[in-house]
Amino acid sequence: MTVPLPIFVAVPLATAFLLPVFAKRGKAVATVLANLATVSLLVMALCSIGQTRVYEVGRWSIPLGINLVLDGLSCLLLLAISVVSTAAMLFSVRYMEQYTAKAKYLSLFLLMVGGMNGVVLSGDIFNLFVFLEIASIASYALVGFGCGNEELEASFKYMVLGSIASTFILFAIALVYGNTGSLNMAYISKAIQGSGLNAGLAFALSLFIVGFSLKAALVPFHAWLPDAHPSAPAPISAMLSGVLIKALGVYALVRVLFNVFGISVSMGWILIILGLSSMVAGAFLAMGQWDFKRLLAYSSISQLGYVILGIGLGGLIIAQGGNLAWASLAILGGLFHLLNHAVYKSLLFLTSGSVEMSTGTRQLKQLGGLAGKLPFTRAACTVASASIAGIPPFSGFWSKLILVIAAVQAHFYWIAAIIVFVSLCTLIMYLKVQRYVFLGELPENLQQTKENRGSMLVAMVFLACLCVLMGLLVIIPALRNSILEPAVKVLTDGLEYSTKIIKL
Amino acid sequence: MLYALCFLLFMIGLYCAVVKKNMVKIVFGIMIMEYAVNLFLIMLGYHFGGVAPIIDKSQFDPGTGQIAGSFLNNSVDPLPQALVLTAIVIGLGSLALMISICIRTYEKYGTFDITQIRRLKG
Repeated sequence: MTVPLPIFVAVPLATAFLLPVFAKRGKAVATVLANLATVSLLVMALCSIGQTRVYEVGRWSIPLGINLVLDGLSCLLLLAISVVSTAAMLFSVRYMEQYTAKAKYLSLFLLMVGGMNGVVLSGDIFNLFVFLEIASIASYALVGFGCGNEELEASFKYMVLGSIASTFILFAIALVYGNTGSLNMAYISKAIQGSGLNAGLAFALSLFIVGFSLKAALVPFHAWLPDAHPSAPAPISAMLSGVLIKALGVYALVRVLFNVFGISVSMGWILIILGLSSMVAGAFLAMGQWDFKRLLAYSSISQLGYVILGIGLGGLIIAQGGNLAWASLAILGGLFHLLNHAVYKSLLFLTSGSVEMSTGTRQLKQLGGLAGKLPFTRAACTVASASIAGIPPFSGFWSKLILVIAAVQAHFYWIAAIIVFVSLCTLIMYLKVQRYVFLGELPENLQQTKENRGSMLVAMVFLACLCVLMGLLVIIPALRNSILEPAVKVLTDGLEYSTKIIKL
Repeated sequence: MLYALCFLLFMIGLYCAVVKKNMVKIVFGIMIMEYAVNLFLIMLGYHFGGVAPIIDKSQFDPGTGQIAGSFLNNSVDPLPQALVLTAIVIGLGSLALMISICIRTYEKYGTFDITQIRRLKG
């Protein structure tokens, strides 16, 4: 079945603007509509697996008009976005009852989803910027949604750094337009191959790297993330950590580096260094945290490092003219880890939301012994922790294993050693979570704690099942060839992207 | 020369956003950066003695579909202007949100000084 590409952007945007109208008839109508929108997006994303298509908006032919491109990489990100947004939306049905103005929340949520879908589908670099701003501005508002002291402070910090990043990206787009005379990614890529990298384009490239790294919160650009992600309501934390930093940061950075500018040895090293510093610094900072959600936020930085490291390693091997199979394996590891991290980190944030809703606190030292009181939350949290720490049958193990094999194959033994070491640190921090939240003694004031049932439970079980089953994506060849391999192919093909898109 | 001045404006905005301690001044800094980029985009399409990129009938031959060479050589590039319009609207949206968050923060903390607004640490 072929789904017209603008639907992926039109459905969430249209629903977002309709919701305030329906909200007058009661919150229930708005909630059902919003859930319908996310579920239909999930179904449509599943229908478009394995397709490569170009859509010309308004039937303007390619260099004149805006075009939307669906290829393997976009499809992977679309799947991640729709899975996480479906779960987070289900979770918010009950969780957001504690806040006022639920319809506004749902509108902003859908605006963010629409913006992210637009970013991953856009084949036009200015259009990418516009959708990136839609998603970012919605997320600034959602971080400050609680309007408490800490929420506002975090939101302001996030917004200042986010706006600076956006301005850098716009500046880079202006430089690229001035030097190549086109805004279409395929045409820009052709022009750069023809003229080579002059000073203006090199400056634009560095601005792109800084801007997208700020959006992706890679160390040393991570200062906003540990404040912003814990301050948001739990389903929004799940969206931000699960997919927003990937769609706006990692996806856009990788697309620009691999398909527009073409990967070079120095860029490969830049990605590897950004990845390694994020992994190590994120893991060490996370271990020292006593706030449940803050620990998860630092751990996101660390896990995102794996993704960037895998992709950077693959890019380096390609740029050095090394074995393409090794490069594909490294990129496969990175992209698979991206998908896994989207699922288990959003599950962890949802469980933290469930714990916070039941007990009213997220300080690890004030919690304890909740295993008996919150059996389902505990089970979901254990599955997610096992996945993120890389315990064998769960999803995180497979992607880390692929990354280690890829690093050893390419003779980067020290990188493999660091990957294993950071995995150990991750195991330690999630043992700490288990120990202080679910084991140990139950404090007096938490005797009356009750499990959250209904939609919150359904959302957590859905993601927990995915955590267990995701390993099949690499083990079963049919699934691997339809979801992961096309995405890897987009990156290993690199600059051939332009000829494919123009010809298609 | 003009490009250098435009870049200087961008750097002034960046300096202001990074160094200043007052929330409102930080917002100003970000806005100066945004306008510097908008100015840069406009300058990309402009050249001295350019005319508005609107074709009138005398410059267009409907029979052959040809546009007069004088128009092609003199008109400015309209695309950056369209981009700047979009960028200005986006900038307006984020400015409104930033200012409203500043106002709410002032109500909570009673100050605009970011050195005194420090609950989040670690």
